[in-house]
Amino acid sequence: MDKFFEIIFTTDFAFSIFRVTTPILFAALGALISNRAGIVNIGLEGIMLTSALTGVLISAYTGSALAGLLGAMLGGMLISAILALFTLELKTDIILGGIAINAFASGGTVFLLYVLTGEKGTSSTLASKMLPDLHIPLIERVPYLGPIVSGQHVLTYLSILAALGVYFLLNRTPLGLRIRAVGENPKAAQSVGIRVKQIQYIALVLSGLFASLGGAFMSMGYLSLFTRDMTAGRGWIALAAESMGRGTAVGTTLTSFLFGFAQALANALQLLKIPSELISTVPYITTVLGLVIYSYRQARKLRKGR
Amino acid sequence: MTEILLEMRNITKVYPNGVVANRDVNFALAEGEIHAVAGENGAGKSTLMKILFGMEEPGTGEIYLRGSKVRFGSPQDAIGAGIGMVHQHFMLVPSFTVAENMILGMEPRKGVAVDYAEAARITREYAEKYNLHVDPLQKVENLTVGMKQKVEILKALVRGAKILILDEPTAVLTPQETAELFEELKLLKQDGHTIVFISHKLKEVKAICDRITIMRAGRTEGVFPIGEVSEQDITRLMVGRDVVLKYEKDPGPFGKPVLRVRDLSLAGPQSKLLLHGIQLSVREGEILGVAGVEGNGQSQLVEAVMGRFPEAAGAIEIDGADISGLDIESIRGRGVAYIPEDRMRQGSAGEASILDNVISTRYKRKEWNAGPLLNRKKMWKLTESMIEAFKVKTSGPAQQIGMLSGGNMQKVVVARESFSEPRLLISEQPTRGVDVGAAQLIHRKLLELRKEGCAILLVSADLNEILELSDSLVVMYEGEIVAYFDKPSELSEQELGLYMLGMKRQDAEQIGRANHV
Repeated sequence: MDKFFEIIFTTDFAFSIFRVTTPILFAALGALISNRAGIVNIGLEGIMLTSALTGVLISAYTGSALAGLLGAMLGGMLISAILALFTLELKTDIILGGIAINAFASGGTVFLLYVLTGEKGTSSTLASKMLPDLHIPLIERVPYLGPIVSGQHVLTYLSILAALGVYFLLNRTPLGLRIRAVGENPKAAQSVGIRVKQIQYIALVLSGLFASLGGAFMSMGYLSLFTRDMTAGRGWIALAAESMGRGTAVGTTLTSFLFGFAQALANALQLLKIPSELISTVPYITTVLGLVIYSYRQARKLRKGR
Repeated sequence: MTEILLEMRNITKVYPNGVVANRDVNFALAEGEIHAVAGENGAGKSTLMKILFGMEEPGTGEIYLRGSKVRFGSPQDAIGAGIGMVHQHFMLVPSFTVAENMILGMEPRKGVAVDYAEAARITREYAEKYNLHVDPLQKVENLTVGMKQKVEILKALVRGAKILILDEPTAVLTPQETAELFEELKLLKQDGHTIVFISHKLKEVKAICDRITIMRAGRTEGVFPIGEVSEQDITRLMVGRDVVLKYEKDPGPFGKPVLRVRDLSLAGPQSKLLLHGIQLSVREGEILGVAGVEGNGQSQLVEAVMGRFPEAAGAIEIDGADISGLDIESIRGRGVAYIPEDRMRQGSAGEASILDNVISTRYKRKEWNAGPLLNRKKMWKLTESMIEAFKVKTSGPAQQIGMLSGGNMQKVVVARESFSEPRLLISEQPTRGVDVGAAQLIHRKLLELRKEGCAILLVSADLNEILELSDSLVVMYEGEIVAYFDKPSELSEQELGLYMLGMKRQDAEQIGRANHV
């Protein structure tokens, strides 16, 4: 037990929470935007995975990490635009469309990797680039705070900014107001001249953009290469985070950090002599527990309301 | 008269399912008037207004605004031309504030952000100007219905509406709120706005409107300055009958009461009473008709009998036993059959076969099972015999019920309910929207059941049907029974209309006759 606390109460552990939360937070923000427009984007997982590979490939072939990042972002937006086309225009069920995207991404990334490199597991033969870590002057030297807050990956900082940005977008801008109106009462939105479908397109593409940043972080920050199915359910955890966060930017961000904490804990506990299979269930058990507590409180509130 | 502001000429609208909602309708609006459009449900008022507001395309016909022809392909076109509509079901976002709802889609900006202070200011300005007092910062979900309506009117005004269409605006209001609304409408009129007031409440129409267009069965029955028509005239034009049906039926004698409703009351939202002290009984071999303009509690009465409102006060008895608290399955178990008003949503499962629909009320009973399985063969035979008896046009029991025409679908529903030899049949709008042939077949079946001693409660908006079939009749108005007639066939529809529209009511003793001991 002592050892456990030794691991938890370190700046390294706190540092790792931010790092591990990054992809979850990005994807959860993506889930948030599309959910508020009334569309559950089940395809987040697939979008992340596709972007992770796109980033690696483009950075390897151009030799530029930035080009890789931009490629990943474009790829993510493109996939969600396709999903939007299928669901909004051709009236596919969004759940089926999302599942198709996920299945396609899982197999398609491996296939593409194999065609280009002859490998089926990882992109280790490619000389792909990583996005840098940032060291913040002055703060870097503050004891305790410095080692946690400084030296994080550039996309980790961006994820925090993105959370603030999404908060601003949803609550302060005309687009955000319209997204929320479309999600809550599309008929009302339509009756005042808002083009519902157009708003949903925008929301889905933005959702894809955020998920793609999470994917890019996975292969160009968290790791320095692409491995098959490397997102490992983060897209799904993001959906849980959004729902537990009650569809608000603040709630979603906080819940993402809770899940990030669980993931970081699982990573840290691997230093102890606990079976790794057991440890790797921690984030998922946290998800289940979180949802149970959330729905219990909701039910109690409903009972009180009567 | 002032100049004609807007004119709709020869509007005809046929819906894809063959219903003719508007037939050669003409409608003209003079500048600055309050113009009533009156008619029963299904008379075509809503369709006409939807066409005017760009929500429906007319089949044929033209719209002229200030003399020049216009086409409204969407509500936006209509809004752009200065037309605003306050829908019966409000078009508001519940979690938004009043101000946010006001400016949605036309947000004032400060940089890239919405200028919420400006939104609140605009709301206050309009609220002040038109005397429609609302708090810009309240969330809409916390507002009363009356307040929501004000927000809707303001929403139309802030978008520059000069013509306001109000679709049954008083249907959801308390009397005080209605009085308040009328003051506000008068103010709008003084300010130069033109108002279309859709209603079937004649007192209100008389109180506030300048002219009235009366519609019936998709046609215009007439346009009058309000001073030149009496409420009786309007009633006659609204409810007049066209076709006369005649059926042979022997009079009584009736058996003992099967259904008895005692002191049934039901409170709706905002504790407005949907049902108030209903007393009635239906005897063996008797058809009791329930007449009334739709929305006066008839549906709630039927749903209460079918166990949908456990919270209702009073008692409902079948064959002397209290059924309150029972679920619909147990109620059916006591020999009650039910033909619901909405055959698409309540009466049938559209994607299931005719057979599956037929057995949906039977499959749990032993006689239809073969061990742990369903007795498919027996069910198939039953369904076939129903199809034959009711002349249902279908390829067979396995056909999806949703593929049938409305009339044939209704035949299946009636067959399902009448084949079980019910003690009591609750029949709600049994022939609405079906062709004459199917309607007659259904009527004959009801009379057949009556002859076999079944007690029938018949709710219908079709006066013809109700006057012809019923042995006795109650009239409902605003959740109450206001009249009871034991010889409906001797009643004129004008007389009936007066009761339906709340202009006449019998005394308590006369109404009390509805309850047979």
